[in-house]
Amino acid sequence: MNYVKNIGKYFLMMRLAFGRPERLKVYYQRTMNEIENIGLNSFGIVAILSVFMGAVISLQTASNMDSPFLPKYTIGYITRSSTILEFSPTIISLILAGKVGSNIASEIGTMRVTEQIDALEIMGVNSRSFLILPKIVAAVFFFPFLIIFSMALSLIGGYVAVTAAGLASHEEYIYGIRAFFIMSDIYYALTKTVCFAFIIVSVSSFFGYYTKGGALDVGKSSTQAVVWSSICILLTNFVLTQLILLQ
Amino acid sequence: MIEVKHINKSFPGNHVLKDFDAQFETGKVNLIIGQSGSGKSVLTKCIVGLMGIDTGEILYDGIDFSKMNRKEQISIRKQIGMLFQGSALFDSLTVEENIMFPLKMFTDMSKKEMINRANFCLERVNLEGRNKLFPAECSGGMQKRIAIARAISMNPKYLFCDEPNSGLDPSTSIVVDNLIKEITHEYNMTTIVITHDMNSVIEIGETIVFIYKGESWWKGTKEEIIRTDNPEINDFVYASKFMKNLKGKLSI
Ligand SMILES: Nc1ncnc2c1ncn2[C@@H]1O[C@H](COP(=O)(O)OP(=O)(O)OP(=O)(O)O)[C@@H](O)[C@H]1O
Ligand SMILES: [Mg+2]
Repeated sequence: MNYVKNIGKYFLMMRLAFGRPERLKVYYQRTMNEIENIGLNSFGIVAILSVFMGAVISLQTASNMDSPFLPKYTIGYITRSSTILEFSPTIISLILAGKVGSNIASEIGTMRVTEQIDALEIMGVNSRSFLILPKIVAAVFFFPFLIIFSMALSLIGGYVAVTAAGLASHEEYIYGIRAFFIMSDIYYALTKTVCFAFIIVSVSSFFGYYTKGGALDVGKSSTQAVVWSSICILLTNFVLTQLILLQ
Repeated sequence: MIEVKHINKSFPGNHVLKDFDAQFETGKVNLIIGQSGSGKSVLTKCIVGLMGIDTGEILYDGIDFSKMNRKEQISIRKQIGMLFQGSALFDSLTVEENIMFPLKMFTDMSKKEMINRANFCLERVNLEGRNKLFPAECSGGMQKRIAIARAISMNPKYLFCDEPNSGLDPSTSIVVDNLIKEITHEYNMTTIVITHDMNSVIEIGETIVFIYKGESWWKGTKEEIIRTDNPEINDFVYASKFMKNLKGKLSI
């Protein structure tokens, strides 16, 4: 019963979040700040994760290739496919759910328990729209760049690991990552990314916005935000994979 | 004029406001006094619509707030200035940006005009020159005064102050009290001040409502509150033995 009520509350909140901005200029500035906050500040963690992720995928693939009939370029090919289709969009989004989601929930939750949201409402500002819309726009716009960046670094990580270990040559790996490439894989990955960006921001904002109580409850909201955005990402990923890849 | 008619408000297992009834007049400082936990903050939040009420009516100059649509409610809210008990400053913004925030959202003032207005408001609360500090860098009393400056920046028609002088020293407290009184008369505002400080009652109270366990227990003026024989009020006003002995010898 409670779940149904919360889902209803979520959609009501989102409807108000897409209300008309009172002042475009202020919303624009806020969106720019959020791009820095949510997007640019995530480059570091995405870079580190992606390099190691790519390295591990390629090493795993190489060590599992027992048959001498499989060409060496398969390593590059599999590294590319799994990076583009799953690892970059899904795993990085899950990591971002942790970093960005907890950040958003605690920021909005703190504003709730210190009555800053009430102060906004009293002034006549639509607090849902003011707080949530710029974050959604920033994430939906910027996450695709982060994910493309992650793909590139993952492939580079794979390259370094494979060539340094002498498992494949420079030419073989490069040939592999270019073989049988179809552009629609990228579109598929970016579609997923945009959905995940929306989920992370909206679900985390929901838990922040409806925080009740004090500082302790802000912590709880932040944990719930991460847990629920991750669950929603995994479910959505499953549905989208069915819809798009297996049609 | 704000009229509160027979409102009831309860939380699960806690009936906070019981048939509360009061009028708050325009151009006057209207005080709400009462013990801690008697429902003062809940009452103001109900009046401004941050909390829904169970039954009753709240009229702003004759118009029922709860029957307005969202747009009309927002237009009333733009005329409300409110000081929250915990200040509620935006902690990501500087002092100056906090005060300029409503101006930025709702007026077409130029940057220079906004800064002038912010400086004017800061001056009125004795905080000139503190423009660039962040709320976390200010003391509790300063935060309170900044919040007052923000509440008056739009020249509101209705001003709500939840304990404007708790946490202030007696002399700053009087400065703040007088500021509230001055601007109320100057701009003919409808001002509602919550307090449990008897100094403020004597200093600025024009009409007084005493709230006792969620009921509008007593209404009157400051002259009357000194002389009343109502036992609950006397326990509140003359809380200490010393004060009780003084009663009767007082005159205003
Ligand atoms: N959000 C809430 N949910 C449930 N109960 C609440 C809520 N806010 C206030 N209450 C209850 O309402 C009662 C009145 O609280 P209120 O904050 O109005 O007191 P107050 O008169 O402002 O006291 P103080 O002078 O200490 O600020 C208290 O018993 C409190 O527990
Ligand atoms: Mg209170």
